[in-house]
Amino acid sequence: MTLFRLVLRFASPRLPFICGGCRTYSAQTGAVERVISSFRSVSGDEGVSVGLAVREQHGRDESVHSCRPPDVVVFPRSVEEVSALAKICHHHQLPIIPFGTGTGLEGGVGALKGGVCFSLRKMEQVLDLHEEDFDVTVEPGVTRKSLNSYLRDTGLWFPVDPGADASLCGMAATSASGTNAVRYGTMRENVLNLEVVLADGTILHTAGKGRRPRKTSAGYNLTNLFVGSEGTLGIITKATLRLYGIPESMVSAVCSFPSVQSAVDSTVQILQAGVPIARIEFLDDVMINACNRFNNLSYAVTPTLFLEFHGSSKSMEEQVSITEEITRDNGGSDFAWAEDEETRSRLWKARHDAWYAALALRPGCKAYSTDVCVPISRLPQIIVETKEDLIRNNITGPIAGHVGDGNFHCLIVLDPNDPDEVQRVHSFTERLARRALAMDGTCTGEHGIGLGKRDLLKEEVGPLAIEVMQGLKATLDPKKLMNPGKVL
Amino acid sequence: MSGRVLVGVKRVIDYAVKIRVKPDHTGVVTDGVKHSMNPFCEIAVEEAVKLKEKKLIKEVVAVSCGPQQVQETIRTALAMGADRGIHVEVSGKDYETLGPLQVSKILAALAKKEQADLIILGKQAIDDDCNQTGQMTAALLDWPQGTFASEVTLDADKLKVVREIDGGLETIKIKMPAVVTADLRLNTPRYATLPNIMKAKKKKIANVKPADLGVDVSSRLEVLKVDEPPQRQAGVKVETVDDLVGKLKEAGRI
Repeated sequence: MTLFRLVLRFASPRLPFICGGCRTYSAQTGAVERVISSFRSVSGDEGVSVGLAVREQHGRDESVHSCRPPDVVVFPRSVEEVSALAKICHHHQLPIIPFGTGTGLEGGVGALKGGVCFSLRKMEQVLDLHEEDFDVTVEPGVTRKSLNSYLRDTGLWFPVDPGADASLCGMAATSASGTNAVRYGTMRENVLNLEVVLADGTILHTAGKGRRPRKTSAGYNLTNLFVGSEGTLGIITKATLRLYGIPESMVSAVCSFPSVQSAVDSTVQILQAGVPIARIEFLDDVMINACNRFNNLSYAVTPTLFLEFHGSSKSMEEQVSITEEITRDNGGSDFAWAEDEETRSRLWKARHDAWYAALALRPGCKAYSTDVCVPISRLPQIIVETKEDLIRNNITGPIAGHVGDGNFHCLIVLDPNDPDEVQRVHSFTERLARRALAMDGTCTGEHGIGLGKRDLLKEEVGPLAIEVMQGLKATLDPKKLMNPGKVL
Repeated sequence: MSGRVLVGVKRVIDYAVKIRVKPDHTGVVTDGVKHSMNPFCEIAVEEAVKLKEKKLIKEVVAVSCGPQQVQETIRTALAMGADRGIHVEVSGKDYETLGPLQVSKILAALAKKEQADLIILGKQAIDDDCNQTGQMTAALLDWPQGTFASEVTLDADKLKVVREIDGGLETIKIKMPAVVTADLRLNTPRYATLPNIMKAKKKKIANVKPADLGVDVSSRLEVLKVDEPPQRQAGVKVETVDDLVGKLKEAGRI
């Protein structure tokens, strides 16, 4: 397979293909120039960039993986342009890397083999809102916050809320999740239909064009095949999403616990009691300490749960009192709750600022988030073992978790210039992933496989499942152009 | 004291929309473009509703001037907690030329008719950026005004208003009835929830014409031309300081 990382004799100053001295090219300049000019004839001059800064911007996300810039960035304005550009790439065997907001955490946008980055930010329309049907279709340039702002007068919202203000189609591509998955689910449960452009330019509607029934049992579930495919099967150009009513009332609460076990036991019992809890977030003692220091708070330095209830105003008191009783029975203390927005924000400030509080523990360092997920009943054991591992290896890793899903993150703060520490952290994350796998869990609850977890994926699903995945990939992308080097 | 607060809400092009000038340069494209309540008006409604929740006032009346569509904006205010609405019907050419002077005359007339104790408006609209309606309304009524409010405290018949001014914050005390205009940091407006939107459908919106209030909405202003801001020109890269100096001299800058 000829790669775009061609051998290019560097002639024209219009094609500055040298990047930071790390790659050199020499090729038939004519061939490359022809491709660029055919891109321009599809998307216009402003729709194609070979500028170094633009390419570097599109070669990195918010992970710790190094920048791997593409050779060209294109900015299509419509699905027809995406298809035409893909056809050109397909003809010339050029890798295709879809790019939403670049807020991923697993290096999913790095152009490992060069190629063409499809930046979809110009496609930013909210299309087809159906208020009574609770669905809306969006293009890749629409982020979750801008959708919710668009919807604000309708009483509807899209609740999946990963940390970043990410592209919704990008969230579909990584099967993202957020803090209220325990109540509203993740992207897997909330994508009704996708419009996808395959590597050869074919435009596919995974559930049929324009279809948006709330449920279906028609044929193979192609929609969920593409959800979580991380740009390796096709470019998502439209997503039809399930919306929910904005809750009439929201109440937030905080409670401290003597141990991880008691916090998790409370969580299980709250879920068993049928309390429609919207968020249950767990912060360990190291994290609480960091938050206290960062925000000048004085929470007890012990495992803590942050809870949020959604529902009608009348049901709030009942939900809160049931929960308070459960936490008390499990040794919880200092149960505080609030309904008005200002006090709620103050109560939850610790959780909201967790990332920054972690970073502030060691100024000048970078942060890396782990992402394992296990059945809830195994959570106490894995957290306890993980904390012991952190201490043993002298790693700064405060823990924050979506305990209602069994998913937790170690926000590891490390000095990227200390090779010993980098090595220790790397080994730690491998051990952590394997620990989760040994407990019937997954190596990634929310962030995706991306670049760094491909070996873990093999361990997780096993060789037969990997073969099936490779078969599907070969069917949809026989030339292996879609986001090479990721997932499989 | 009637305990009644009038809140003005304006229907404008949504803040997230990219504005385009009409080809004939007479205005901006509004057909098929998403409209919503002016963000500062949302803050005004929120403040009024908060005052009612604290039981400091009794009734919140949302007012909007314009064609049929402004009823959607009034409904949003009702969904946020306003008690009833008043739709002042202005359409066609009159609506295109409707500005702060006419709106303030309408609000002043309504304030007298409704015996309002307080008028809360957004400090300005994001389409015309006039920042005049509140001030003009206060002048017409000869009421005190607390503009650019970032904090409002009600105590019997007095208002303490903290105003955002260039130099910092200014705190004033004014007697009611008064006009307050809301600035960005006054509060965070609540989202209209579905149950509240449903309840709002049952709340009443009265229809009034400007003539009924004795107000002439003809405009003394005529828009001659609307243009986009000039396109940003591409810069020029130079290799050396001498080149830079040379280019600056060429351009007559030095």
